[in-house]
Formats: sequence, C-alpha cells, structure tokens
Amino acid sequence: MQCNICSVLSKMAELGAGSLLTGDPAFNYQEHELNERLKRLYPAVNEEETPLPRSWSPKDKYSYIGLSQNNLRVHYKGHGKNHKDAASVRATHPIPAACGIYYFEVKIVSKGRDGYMGIGLSAQGVNMNRLPGWDKHSYGYHGDDGHSFCSSGTGQPYGPTFTTGDVIGCCVNLINNTCFYTKNGHTLSFCPCLSFQPNLYPTVGLQTPGEIVDANFGQQPFVFDIEDYMSEWRAKIHSMIARFPIGERLGDWQAVLQNMVSSYLVHHGYCATAMTFARATETMIQEDQTSIKNRQRIQKLVLAGRVGEAIDATQQLYPGLLEHDPNLLFMLKCRQFVEMVNGTDSEVRCFSARSPKSQDSYPGSPNLSPRHGATNAHLHNTGADSPTCSNGVTPTNKNKSHNKYTGVSSASSSPSSSPSSVNYSESNSTDSTKSQPHSATSNQETSDSEMEIEAEHYSNGVTESSTRIMNGTYKHQEILQADDNSVDDSCSSRQLCGGNQAATERMIQFGRELQALSEQLCRQYGKNATHKKMLQDAFSLLAYSDPWNCPVGQQLDPMQREAICSALNSAILESQNLPKQPPLMLALGQATECVQLMAKVRSGSCSFARVDNFLH
Amino acid sequence: YAYDFVLSFVTMQEVTATSRHYVDRLFDPDPQNVLQGVIDMKNAVIGNNRQKANLIVLGAVPRLLYLLQQSSSSLELRTECAVVLGSLAMGTENNIKSLVDCHIIPALLQGLLCSDLIFIEACLRCLRTVFISPVTPVQLLYTDPTVIPHLMSLLSLSQHTQEYITQIFAHCCKTPEHQTVLFNHGAIQNIAPLLISPSYKVRMQALKCFSVLAYENAQVSMTLVNVLVDGEQLSQVFVRMMQRDKPIEMQLTAAKCLTYMCRAGAIRTDDNCIVLKTLPCLVRMCSKERLLEERVEGAETLAYLMEPDIELQRIASVTDHLVSMLADYFKYPSSVSAITDIKRLDHDLKHAHELRQAAFKLYASLGSNDEDIRKKITETENMMDRIVSGLSESSIKVRLAAVRCLHSLSRSVQQLRTSFHDHAVWKPLMKLLQNAPDEVLVMASSTLCNLLLEFSPSKEPILESGVIELLCSLTQSDSPALRVNGIWALMNMAFQADQKVKVEIVQALGTEQLFRLLSDPDTNVLMKTLGLLRNLLSTRPDMSSHGKQIMQAVTLILEGEHSIEVKEQTLCILANIADGNTAKELIMTNDDMLQKIKYYMGHSNVKLQLAATFCISNLIWNEEDGSQERQDKLREMGFVDILHKLTQASDPNLCDRAKKAMQQYLA
Repeated sequence: MQCNICSVLSKMAELGAGSLLTGDPAFNYQEHELNERLKRLYPAVNEEETPLPRSWSPKDKYSYIGLSQNNLRVHYKGHGKNHKDAASVRATHPIPAACGIYYFEVKIVSKGRDGYMGIGLSAQGVNMNRLPGWDKHSYGYHGDDGHSFCSSGTGQPYGPTFTTGDVIGCCVNLINNTCFYTKNGHTLSFCPCLSFQPNLYPTVGLQTPGEIVDANFGQQPFVFDIEDYMSEWRAKIHSMIARFPIGERLGDWQAVLQNMVSSYLVHHGYCATAMTFARATETMIQEDQTSIKNRQRIQKLVLAGRVGEAIDATQQLYPGLLEHDPNLLFMLKCRQFVEMVNGTDSEVRCFSARSPKSQDSYPGSPNLSPRHGATNAHLHNTGADSPTCSNGVTPTNKNKSHNKYTGVSSASSSPSSSPSSVNYSESNSTDSTKSQPHSATSNQETSDSEMEIEAEHYSNGVTESSTRIMNGTYKHQEILQADDNSVDDSCSSRQLCGGNQAATERMIQFGRELQALSEQLCRQYGKNATHKKMLQDAFSLLAYSDPWNCPVGQQLDPMQREAICSALNSAILESQNLPKQPPLMLALGQATECVQLMAKVRSGSCSFARVDNFLH
Repeated sequence: YAYDFVLSFVTMQEVTATSRHYVDRLFDPDPQNVLQGVIDMKNAVIGNNRQKANLIVLGAVPRLLYLLQQSSSSLELRTECAVVLGSLAMGTENNIKSLVDCHIIPALLQGLLCSDLIFIEACLRCLRTVFISPVTPVQLLYTDPTVIPHLMSLLSLSQHTQEYITQIFAHCCKTPEHQTVLFNHGAIQNIAPLLISPSYKVRMQALKCFSVLAYENAQVSMTLVNVLVDGEQLSQVFVRMMQRDKPIEMQLTAAKCLTYMCRAGAIRTDDNCIVLKTLPCLVRMCSKERLLEERVEGAETLAYLMEPDIELQRIASVTDHLVSMLADYFKYPSSVSAITDIKRLDHDLKHAHELRQAAFKLYASLGSNDEDIRKKITETENMMDRIVSGLSESSIKVRLAAVRCLHSLSRSVQQLRTSFHDHAVWKPLMKLLQNAPDEVLVMASSTLCNLLLEFSPSKEPILESGVIELLCSLTQSDSPALRVNGIWALMNMAFQADQKVKVEIVQALGTEQLFRLLSDPDTNVLMKTLGLLRNLLSTRPDMSSHGKQIMQAVTLILEGEHSIEVKEQTLCILANIADGNTAKELIMTNDDMLQKIKYYMGHSNVKLQLAATFCISNLIWNEEDGSQERQDKLREMGFVDILHKLTQASDPNLCDRAKKAMQQYLA
C-alpha cells in the first residue's frame, strides 16, 4: 500500500517536473495573450488551414540575420558595407485573406550604424539578400529616408524617417487591397503601392551592424489602435449589407422572406405555427395540413426511437416511397436494429414487462445525453491531467446521491411536460393510439414521478425536432440527469433490448432479416460500402457486454436519430414534389459557403461579413 | 402666360378662404369646436408653407397663444395649440420672426410651469424649433433668470425633454456670459449623465452642449475633466464617442470637446487622448471621404487644437499626408461636378469658400513653428499661387485665412528668400492693405513686417511701391496691434537702409508722430519706435535737423519708469548718436546725459552696463576728430575709473568692451 502511494507520488512528481520544464510562466502568459488577441482580431481565420504569422522564420532568412527571443528579435550580423550586404527575414506564414485587415508592429531597438532598416511585406521566394521593397512582389517603408519602396529600387517620398525607439506598424487591408504604415501609433496615409500580390509575408530588412528590431505579431498590445480601424471597416461592410439596394423589388423581397419562414415551419412540421403565420401574412401554404401533420408524426416516431412504427407509418401514408428508395429503407432498418438494442423500438418494447428502473433509464429518451456521464468512471483512473479529477471521488459520490433526487424532481417540475404531451395526443393517428395505451399501462405500474418522467421523455423527443434549439434544452437535461444514469448503469438498467429475453430473440431475428435485406440489395444494386459499414457497426454493438460503453456505442446516442429523421422527412417531401431542404437552410448554407469561398479567393471583406454576426 | 397667372390667383384666393375658415373656428364659442378646429388646422398646415404663412397673416398666432395661455382651456386644447405653433415654426424664417414678434417665447416658457408632461413636451418642441433658428435672438432665453434653472429641472422628465432642452442650450450658448449662466445652474452635472442615454439624439445634443460650454472656457473645462459618468472619466467617454464606427457627427463633436478642453488647459497636449485619439480623429475628418461641411469643421478644429504646440504640428504634418490632403480643399467646385450635376455644383459652390478658408487656417497652424513643415507646405502643388489668389478673393473670411497662412509661412527666412519672392506675394499683400477691415490689416501688416526684413528680396520692390505713407498711417491707428505693426515695419525698413530711405521715413512720419509714439501706452509700440530710432541713427547719423528733440526724448525715457529692455534700447540709441561726427557734441555738451551714462555703467543689469559702455567707447574712439578732448573730459568725470572697474567684470562681453575702451586711452 505504501509502495503504491510512493509510486503514485513519484509519478505525480514526474508529471510536475515535466510541466515545469515546459513552463516559463512569462512565456506561457505571452502565448496565451497572443492567442487571445489573434482570435479577437481575426475571428474568421481558420488557423488549421491558414496559420497566422506568429514569429520570424529561422528558415526563411538571409544568413546576415540573427534571431533571438522566441524568434521575435532580429539583429544584423553581416559586414554592412553597402547595399549588397542587406538582409531580410520573413515571418513563418503569409497573411491569410480571411483576416480582412492584418496588422503587425516592429519596434526599433537600435538603429545601429546607419539605420538602413526596411519594414514591409514580401512574397515567398523574393531574394532575402535585399531590403523589403527593392524587388518585385516586395514592399517596404525605410527608416533612413522615410521613403516607400514598391517593388522598385527607387523609393517615393512617403513619411518621416524612423530611428531608435520608434514603433513602426504595417497594416494590410485585404478588403480594398491597400496598405499603410504607422509610426508611433499614427497612420501615415496609404502607401502608393497600387496592387498587392496574394500571400504576402510580414518582412523586415536590415543593412548595417548594430541594427536590432523587435516584432509584435500580437504578443503585446499594439501602439496603434488597430481594433478601432477594424471597427470602422466592420461598420462599413455591415452598412453596405444593410443598404444593399433592392429598389423596386421591395414587395418581392417581402414575399420571399415570408415564404422562407413559412416553408421552414412547414418543413419541420410546425403545423400550428405555420398556419398562424400564413394567416397573419395572408400567404398560402403549398402543402396541405394533413400532410404536414403526417410528416410531423413520422418524425416524432423516429426521434423517439420508434423506428419500426415510423417505417410502418411511412409505408401506409406514402405507399411506394420506401420501395423506391431502398437506401433509405436500409438506413431506417439499420437504425431500427440499433433502437432494438437500445430497447426503444416498439418491436422489442412490447415484450418488456418493464421495471420502473428500466423505464427510468429508458435510453430512447433524447434526454439521455451523449456519453459524458458514462465515461466518468474512466476519468477517475486516468485523470491526473484532467481538471475534473482534482475534485476526487467524494464529490462525485455526493453528486450521485444528490442527483438521484434532482433527476426525478427536475422531470416532474419541468413545465414542458404537460403541454408537450398534449401536443403528442394532438397527432391522432392509428399508430400512436396503438402505442399510447401500452405506454399508459406501463406507466400506471410506476410511481407518479416516474410517469412524469415518461411524459417528459416523450415530450422532448416528440415535440421538438432536429433543430439546434432542441440541442440546447437537451444539454440542460443532461446536466441534471447524467449522473442519475450512470448510477443506474451499474444496476439493472440499460440492458440489451431492455433486458427481455423474447425481445432479444426478436432483435436477433430482425438482424437476420436485415442481413438478408443487405444481401438482396447487394445482388440488386451491387456492393455498397456505406451499407456494409452501417450494418457492421450496428451488429458490432452485440459484441460488447455494455453496448453503451463500447467503441461503437455512439450509435445508441439519441442524437444519431436526427440525421435519419431529416433524411426521411426530405424523402417524403421530395416524393410530394416539395423541396427536400427548407429554402431558409439552403440560403443559410449558401451564404456560409459563399463567405468561405470569399476567403479562398482572397476577398478580405469576408472577415467582417460572417453569417454568425447576423444570426441571433 | 396670362392664363397661368389667373389660375394661380384663383388658387391663392381659395387658400386664403380656407385659411380664414380655420382661423374663424378658433373663435367659436363652443370649446369642443375650438379644439376640433385646432386639430384640423394642425393637419392642414403640416408640410404646407403657404398655408402656414396664410394663417400667420390672418392672425392665428395671437389667438393660439391666447388659447394656450388660458387656464380655462382644456389641457388637450392647450397641447394642440402648442403643436400647431410648433408646426408653424417649422416653416420659413419669416414665420419664426412673426412668432417671435407675437411674444411666443415668454408664452411657451410660461407653459413649461404646467405639470402635464405631454403639454411641456409640446411647448419644448416648439421652443426648440424657434431657438435653433438663426433669426431668433438667443438673449431671449436669458431674460428671465428663472428659466434656465427650470429647464435644468425638466431634464429629468423624459427623453424628449432631454433632447429639446439640450438642443436649445447647444444653440443658445454663444458667449462667455451664457456659458457662465449655464455652468452656474449645474449644466455639467445635469447634462453629463445624458451622454450615456439610450437615445442617440439625446447623447448627441448633450455632447454638443459640452462642446459649446467648454469652448475657450477654462472654468468649464477644468470642471469637465473631473466629471465621472457611470464611473468613467468624461474624457474617456468622449474618446469612446470618437471611435471610428460611431457616426461622423458624433466623432467630430467629441473631438471638438476634447480640443476645447485641451486648449483651455484642462488636458495636456501630450495626453494620449489628444495625441493618439483627438488629433487622428480630426485628421480623418479632413479626408476626401467626409462631407464638405465635416471637412471644414474638422480642419478648423484641428487648426485650433495644434496652434500652440509644435509637437502636435509635427505629428499632424506626417499623419495621413495631411498637407497634400488639404490641397484637395481648393478643388471645389470640381470640373466634374459642373458637367454632371447642377445640384452638386451648387453644393460645391456654397462650400468652396468655407473649404478654402479652412485649409488656409490649417496650413497657417501647421506651419507656425516648424521650418520643415513650412517647406512642405510651400512645396505643395500650386500652394503659393493659391495663397496669392486667396488674398484677393471676395470673401473676407478667405482673405483673412489666406493672409494668416502667408504670415505663418513668412516666419521662414528661406521662404522669404525664395517662394515669396518668386510669387511676388507682396503685390496682393499691398493691395490688401489699401482697404481692409482691421483684423485683415493686422495680419497683412504683420506679414509685411517680415517681408521688409533686410534679407528679404521683396524689400526693394515694396519700398518702391510707396509703402511708407501707408505704414505711417497705420501708426496713427486706434488699434495697438496696427500701431505696433506699422512702426515695426518701419523699423525693419530702416535697418541698414540708405540715407535716402531714412530721410523719407523721418519726413513721412514727422517728428511729432515720432514723439507721440515714444509716449505710447503700449510698451510694444515704444520698443519698436526706439528700434526705429536706433536704426535711423545708425551709420554715423547727421543730427543737425532733429538732434535736440531726439536728445530730449532720450532723456525723458531714461528718466521715466520703463523696463530694462526699453532703457537698453534707449542707451543703444545714445551709442549710435555717439558714433556720429556732429552728434557727439550733442552728448558731450550735455553733462546731465553724461551723468546718466555713468549711472548705467554701474547698473546692476549687465545689458544696461554694456549699452552704456558702448556709448562711452564710441565717444572716446581715437581715430576721430576731437577724440583727445573728449577723452580728457570723460577722464575728469571719472569714467576711466569705472572702465577700469568694469575690466574686472564677471561678464566676458562687458569685460571685453571695457578693455577695448581703456585701450583708446592707452594708445
């Protein structure tokens, strides 16, 4: 035992020592500052695709250049006899177009012998044995004469000279393709360079001994108020969007917008809302009300994990649909199999003489969240590096015992339970009446509070479709109930097919049918890798004693129902000659895509026209 | 044509008839009918200037005011009356005049004492419209001393009262007295919280209030720096309002507030909020992207901000290429606008003068201290030509600004020698001096002083243009500034000038005027007059004509209560006299004067000692006739002892001078 403690301690010590090695706290702080500032300045930049410059490149420099201080300080170490001894260094990465407006500063630590320093930009491959600005695709502002060099050996009078102690900034505006320099926080007007190459790198050049400059790529606050400058352009672009001329077509626009809203509501089956909206705007809804309600009901079934019923309903209401779309049918059946494992599909649920507990843990409920709660156990073991582990075991225990009650009470006190169950009964179809008595009887066997939970499960799963909003409430529930579930995990709950023998047999039989279907499809349409993978994954669930905590357990997550649900919905709509995607989502997707495309074609305004800015 | 006329005549008749009907209804015995009448009138006048004019002519205003003031009128009726009056005020300036003549202001101010908010707001809205008109005398706001405190108390009522009242204050605060009245009634404490009002209009009007309150007012400015708004310093609130994404009007007004606070000494010129925020903001206002009005205000404010501070001038001169940016101010109306768009041309024409004068002002301020900046300005495209043509423009504002600019540039020796001469700026300048208001004359004559400096190549042609008469007449002006400039220019002119010029000056000025200037109450005038005398008497003066009078004047000044500088200058004159052949006798025969020189040689001020010693040195100079006698006489009077003592002086110049004088005795 002592030994154990010893080894644990020594391990911890090792870990501690390790972190000490990496951690120059000042450096870490600066690194953190840098990340925060870059994120704030260039929110549209995806650094995985286009990393931002963070230091000078030790590889992309002339030999007369020396780097120090995390590659931020540049000093000259050549002879400095004449211009042939000039030397430059580029930053590690070019300026991404998605910056919109990019800025960096250089402080002149020492002007050295003659102060022949140039600050600017250059493209990859430009000769480094030169000062920035002298060659093609190279631009620079020089300290000795204050001239601006635009890809030419002769400069143009531009600004004042600069020397030791001055802070020179370079701002690239990728929206209007201009550039200007700053001196000690003051803008020096636009540089006369007319056009800029894409993919320019921040560059500095030095030419005489003793010259030292420090770069600031965001490690420290800038002397010039670049955020203020950006705010002007953000406002400009936003007002450009807001004032986009629509001229005579004002009426058309209104109709388009109304149609967008209406079609979105209809698509997702928000029948009552859609009707009210149509009445208020005096517009027509293309699809008839029963059709919307039918779709709504089918969606609810899928989201509740009752895929078998959903398939039946679809076949009954839209005969021929699934027959013509074997892929979709196969996907649905696969899902049905997963739901059987889960114990949610009605084909297995009808077998289970369900205990309150099993019902409580009813995995079909979207309340049940992704795996977070379940992996808790692992965290205890591995967790030395995880911040959660610091709480140790005891607090978690406390949570458990506490949450047992909160889980119940939160469900019973949830205001959404009653209206949503009304909602459910509103959809008066044969299918639901079939299942309704069943769940009602099983509910009667349980305590009152459990019944509320059942209702709650339904409500969330049923009323809310696969939108983001749902995810929101969902997480909320998760926090309240996660631990509750993990407690029950260890007990009787979450058994294969709800722990019922007959149900398990049915599942296995269903699995065989599914296999047969797959083979049939294969014969008919040729091999389909996606199907194979889907089937494999589904069957793999059976290989684990606890499918919920296995590598393919993800499939059991109720979230996974959303994709198939919307695929089914789209297929139904298509079969009715209606758009399979709501135009609103289409427009949103297109806008997002456009903005991303703008970054790729180097149109800088994309950074200030982000779709997120307009979604509230 | 005739048909047209008839038609319009008929329409006119009809309008008058309906208008009369509206007025008649105001006299209906049934109050309910009166109310309906007023409401109908309200609907009839909206946006109809002719209808408004008709109603005023037909005497609706006194009746409306009567109904508004009558306590027996229902609150609804009184409110509607105020609304109609407000609508009438929205019309032409003539409407406003008529309303003011009917004593609408006291009536509405009286209405503010009512307790009903809707009525108060209607009164304030109308008052606002009346007061912001240029034809309303602002003094009317201050005649009743209870009005301002009452308005302050109404500020808390609603966003509307806040907007109207601050707008009234912002327009009616025109003099230091107005500032003091508003300040004393707690304007700052009452208005500061409105800077963070949720309403943009309120924020904006509150900001405007502060800009007019702080203008050239140290008391207000000093108070403002210590005000906190929601825990934040007022200067920081202003800085936030200057952010580039704020409306231009707000940025500009906030920059004005900070500028005025800075000029009043409440904020240092090297404070970051001035150097890094206000100055760049004002430079931005001068850019081509801004409206013409904004560019004018921006340039004028910037000129005012940096006038006294060379550092700010240097920063501004390199910010955003301001110097060349300003050159664009002279390109209105542009040739493009003339062809394409009449409206635009009209707009450009209206602002062209304002733009030019603002640019001249800003150039003047930029170049007032730094030689490099002056060079940069004169090298700007066509700059000197623009100034030259500006000097003869019809607009006084432009002429004044142009001459200010020229004056600022004339402080540069290099420019005087080059561009000033090349462009013959003296010609339009002389023309300007012939007939101009005093403020232009002051600047022009001051510029002329610089052009008459001896190294200026313009000096010759100016002399030949008969400037002496003009300058002499300036010395007789009531304005001390003009007298100084006149005599100063003469002084510069006389410096190392030909005897001919000197004689001309003396003749033109006349001894009488010379002596009048020597007793001028303004020290500057006295100093320059002495300077003139000194220059006139240099190079061996011939004192035969005015010797006696000059000696009298010198005695008078040396005996009077004058500053060291004045006395030094006088002793220098004496030294110059002592250098002339015949003039020496004037001193040597004047024992009283010799005693005075002796006194100043022993004075505690080195400058006076030096000047007096110089004088003696001239008297005893060996190579001249009669030097032996003079030496003897002065030795008898004990000057040698004094000189001997002075050879031990700690001041090297004085010591040197004394030794040289002693050598005259030894030789």
